[in-house]
Amino acid sequence: MSWKPRAFLACLIVGLPALAAADALAPADVKFDDMSVSQSLTSKPGDPENGRKVFANRSLGNCLACHAVKDQSDQLFHGEVGPPLDGAADRWSEGELRAIVADAKEVFSEETVMPGFYSLNVGINVRKDLVGKTILTAQEVEDVVAYLATLKE
Amino acid sequence: MRNQIIAKAAAVAMTALVPGVAFAGGPVDDELVIDGEIEMITRTAPPEGHPLDEVLSGWLYRTDETRMLETDTFENPGMLEVDDGADLWNTVDGSAGKSCASCHGDAEESMAGVGASYPKWDEASNRPINVELQINKCRTEEMGAEAYKFDAPEQKALTAYVKHQSLGTPVAINLAEGHMQSWWDRGNELYYTRTGQLNLSCASCHEQNNGNYIRADHLSQGNVNGFPTYRLKQAKLISLHNRFRGCIRDTRAEFPAAFSDELMALEVYVTWRGTGLSVETPAVRQ
Ligand code: HEC
Ligand code: HEC
Repeated sequence: MSWKPRAFLACLIVGLPALAAADALAPADVKFDDMSVSQSLTSKPGDPENGRKVFANRSLGNCLACHAVKDQSDQLFHGEVGPPLDGAADRWSEGELRAIVADAKEVFSEETVMPGFYSLNVGINVRKDLVGKTILTAQEVEDVVAYLATLKE
Repeated sequence: MRNQIIAKAAAVAMTALVPGVAFAGGPVDDELVIDGEIEMITRTAPPEGHPLDEVLSGWLYRTDETRMLETDTFENPGMLEVDDGADLWNTVDGSAGKSCASCHGDAEESMAGVGASYPKWDEASNRPINVELQINKCRTEEMGAEAYKFDAPEQKALTAYVKHQSLGTPVAINLAEGHMQSWWDRGNELYYTRTGQLNLSCASCHEQNNGNYIRADHLSQGNVNGFPTYRLKQAKLISLHNRFRGCIRDTRAEFPAAFSDELMALEVYVTWRGTGLSVETPAVRQ
């Protein structure tokens, strides 16, 4: 076991839940405050370039399934189940965007069809190999949030 | 904060209305007439207690080219397998030395309208059965033949052949028989139950979002009046329980077995949701 006095102290002092192995906050430890998550889920800043890819990738975010965005007009198909995301960063703060992506139900309502990308509050009969897993990793959420933060009009 | 959210929600609603951003969603305004003579009901008033204002066939949500294929039985690629079904109808199989025709004669007469009323209550098994299960019942009980396995090509062809004899007939199932109502109740509950990691129910896509594109797919009401359906993507007939399982799988959930209680309950309920639509078997879908 490696003893990390600095990290340990930091947790004690700020009173934050301990960060998991890969320096990622566990889904249950994500704090939603006033429809916002102010603390980054990881210790590494989000990478908007990768976030843009995660957004389009069908087996990762697949955000394009439900949202159109002009910035990705190189992609053939954009869905219309959710609102277009042009200018999303003008409407929402970074903390709010993080909250929406991590668990949209905490921001909109239990009724929203938008999946919670970093939540274990999911439907019944989850595919066996996905039980206990989130759709995106904490870092992928940070990357998507960093990408959304670039969507200004 | 609440007010701020409401203001934002209003802003979101406004963006959704900006023309040129969203696609032209919704069903088309078109009429389906097959071979220039069979006028199909593709939109109709819902049965009492239905959550939607109008019941619409999945045909109205498909592209011009796909819709065209269904207007002519010679062009409909699903008809090849229906013809296989006609051959099977007349083929002797099993220890009793009988074919379907031995008992039922000419399917065009004996099966006319039959497919439109399934699933039906089956007293012997104390549950609803669909056309596939009725065919298996005939095979095991009357013909001394083996039940077809789920999605065997023969099962799909014969089911499509039987249902095709109801082409144009409005779907109408009898919920007063046996315990059909309690199966409807269970199906109703399942329809609104969110499944899988994506946490979506049938209603999330087919009730709340029919008419919208979900990436490349134009969401319909998910009605079952065209099954077995010819899917251009797979270039063959697709059974209803295969479709159900595919939709459930897409929510990243484990999916029930074909003909399980869950899927039979869902079939009873979803068939009822399409009450009044013409049987389109074999419908053509993307
Ligand atoms: C299955 C559909 C679906 C998927 C997939 C989806 N969303 Fe959403 N999203 C919605 C809906 C619907 C809303 C609007 C809120 C509501 O009505 O519940 C929304 C709202 C939003 C909003 C606020 C809207 C605005 O512009 O003000 C953001 C930001 C957002 N989504 C981002 C994302 C990102 C990023 C992803 C992928 C990681 C994603 N969504 C995936 C359906 C979806
Ligand atoms: C994530 C979205 C999604 C969910 C959830 C979903 N479906 Fe579908 N479904 C689709 C898409 C996309 C299609 C193909 C386009 C269409 O016909 O609507 C489809 C097609 C269908 C069809 C074929 C319709 C036709 O006209 O041929 C049926 C029936 C159907 N779904 C039933 C269901 C049922 C029952 C459930 C729940 C157990 C369900 N679906 C859940 C996306 C979904």
